Amino acid sequence: MLQINNLHATINGKEILKGINLTVKDGEVHAIMGLNGAGKSTLSNVIVGHPAYEVTEGEIIFNGKDLLKMAPEERAHEGIFLSFQQPVEIPGVSMVNFMRAALNAKRQYKGEEPLSAGDFLKLMREKRKIVELDSRLTSRSVNEGFSGGEKKRNEIFQMAMLEPTFSILDETDSGLDVDALRIVAEGFNKLRTPQTSALVITHYQRLLDYLKPDIIHVLIGGMIVKTAGPELALEIENRGFDWIKEEVGL
Amino acid sequence: MEEKNEFVREVAEKKYQYGFTTDVQTEVIDKGLSEDVVRLISQKKGEPDWLLEFRLKAFRYWQTQEAPTWGHLKMPEIDYQDISYYANPTAGNSGNSGEIDPELMKTFDKLGIPLEERLALSGTAVDAVMDSVSVKTTFREKLKEKGIIFCSISEAVKEHPELVREYLGSVVPYRDNFFAALNSAVFSDGSFVYIPKGVRCPMELSTYFRINARGTGQFERTLIVCDDDAYVSYLEGCTAPMRDENQLHAAIVEIVVKENAEVKYSTVQNWYPGDSEGKGGVLNLVTKRGHLRGRNSRLSWTQVETGSAITWKYPSCVLSGEGSQAEFYSVAVTNNYQQADTGTKMIHIGKNTKSTIISKGISAGKSQNAYRGLVKVAKTADNARNYSSCDSLLLGSKCGAHTFPYMDVHNNTAVVEHEATTSKISEDQLFYCNQRGINTEEAVSLIVNGYAKEVINKLPMEFAVEAQKLLGVSLEGSVG
Repeated sequence: MLQINNLHATINGKEILKGINLTVKDGEVHAIMGLNGAGKSTLSNVIVGHPAYEVTEGEIIFNGKDLLKMAPEERAHEGIFLSFQQPVEIPGVSMVNFMRAALNAKRQYKGEEPLSAGDFLKLMREKRKIVELDSRLTSRSVNEGFSGGEKKRNEIFQMAMLEPTFSILDETDSGLDVDALRIVAEGFNKLRTPQTSALVITHYQRLLDYLKPDIIHVLIGGMIVKTAGPELALEIENRGFDWIKEEVGL
Repeated sequence: MEEKNEFVREVAEKKYQYGFTTDVQTEVIDKGLSEDVVRLISQKKGEPDWLLEFRLKAFRYWQTQEAPTWGHLKMPEIDYQDISYYANPTAGNSGNSGEIDPELMKTFDKLGIPLEERLALSGTAVDAVMDSVSVKTTFREKLKEKGIIFCSISEAVKEHPELVREYLGSVVPYRDNFFAALNSAVFSDGSFVYIPKGVRCPMELSTYFRINARGTGQFERTLIVCDDDAYVSYLEGCTAPMRDENQLHAAIVEIVVKENAEVKYSTVQNWYPGDSEGKGGVLNLVTKRGHLRGRNSRLSWTQVETGSAITWKYPSCVLSGEGSQAEFYSVAVTNNYQQADTGTKMIHIGKNTKSTIISKGISAGKSQNAYRGLVKVAKTADNARNYSSCDSLLLGSKCGAHTFPYMDVHNNTAVVEHEATTSKISEDQLFYCNQRGINTEEAVSLIVNGYAKEVINKLPMEFAVEAQKLLGVSLEGSVG
């Protein structure tokens, strides 16, 4: 599905990613853990093509295609989705219009006809249930006046609408109370199939308890320094990162 | 670099869809402005003496005046002797007024304004004006059955002189301002509308203005009279070819609204804005005003302004009738080197009068966009109310948005409110859209339309759809 080879990236001339290698296969969920400033969000931003970051070396191959050559919207059409750490408010643009533009852009890219208004609204109703999102929210402007938890649920709702094959959850658990965390995580799990994969960025075990990742990576100083099974996350929960730093000689 | 500029220019110009010219035999009088020219125009139109006198008085007054400089505009020097004041594209017609040159028909077809009634947009009657002359007015007969007069102002002068004489200049006197004086001296064509007492006009009335000839100015004059208990919705659209010279459009629109009557006036202004380097474009210097004379009369101005190199216009309302209500809804978009100084004046004179101002400015490129508005409450206007909301949206960092609200309140029972906001389309918002698969141009269009929808929703349905598209097109290439 996704293969990252020797990826180096900078922001404002400062190198953040220093040679990332990562392979995610169909159906797998990988978690990336690490301290603040390790480069976790940079990695997710580079995958989705945020213009503030410059890739100086390396490649990202997504289903056999060179991802770095694509505009952000093409990457989205190809099936990449980012659940933003801080979802953006767009005043004046209703969720309905926003989602319709997004979905129809993707359909057009794939050579499909736009959905009729009726079919579209039906789809919205169905998908809303996955994250128990109130219809009151989908008739409002994008993220405007949403609480922190509602914003995160709205991200997973959009994921449900767009049906990506590769999703990145960038600290989707931050700022969520226990109930909201459960709803978001269960919503995500309902969307999993053997053909979809995900990269989950988090500091905490509690999200991973729900998502049950296959593989855990530890990112320190712009490099993946350790990769192991789910037991690694538990160990980090108990012991922190220092022992890993020592182990790899940082 | 040279080549790249050429390309950019081409792309920028391609976006203006109405930039073509019509090859039609046009009678254009020599450039220059003098009493003789004013007389010549009046003579060509076969006008009565009183109208010639009106023109001459206006001309003499104009000569004593200077162009205003208070606008937040860098106005190019206008050489009034280097403009032709009369261009008649129907000159090639064989004198038979029923026949229209097929080229002219084609032109309006291309603009989406079919002049054959059977092809017309349902429920809309059109007066099509090119350069100085009205080419055709549709559905006249049908409207006549209800006593509604809808024709060019030139015809109205001939057929209904008593009405024209009574109302012409009664809302915007020729002494009003420099451009109003100029228009009053040389005005060519425009529409005349009279809705008799108690009649609800069954169709949208619309005038479509087109400048075609080179080196000419257009001096539109429109007069709408809505008698007691009558109603009309009126639309105005405009386009011009792409020319590297500035073309002058100095118009006057006067509206009279009587007791319990209601007029809705909507404009989608899409004059050629000049190229991406700021060359050419229409100078749109317009005086529009409505007089709410009767009790409980209502007038609303809705405008979507995307065109013109320079826009200088303030559709205004004089609220004399007790309990009269006025609204001004405006979206003004400027891109590249466009400049707009636009807004409204609400003059409260009668008791219990109420006005609402909703203005949305959108600036992109290196453009300058100013809202200028006056709310005046006279001593007599007990319990007058005004609510004004002026928002500015910026795209990029090289453009400017300005707000100049003036308030002049002489009655302490009045309530006048003003709100203003400035916001910017952020990179974060655009990227969020991109990540969901919406490209930047679509994202801008989505955000801008969301921002402007309060105003767009006020437009008649078909116009609203056009206006939405227009907002997107006008801002293409403004981000990224």
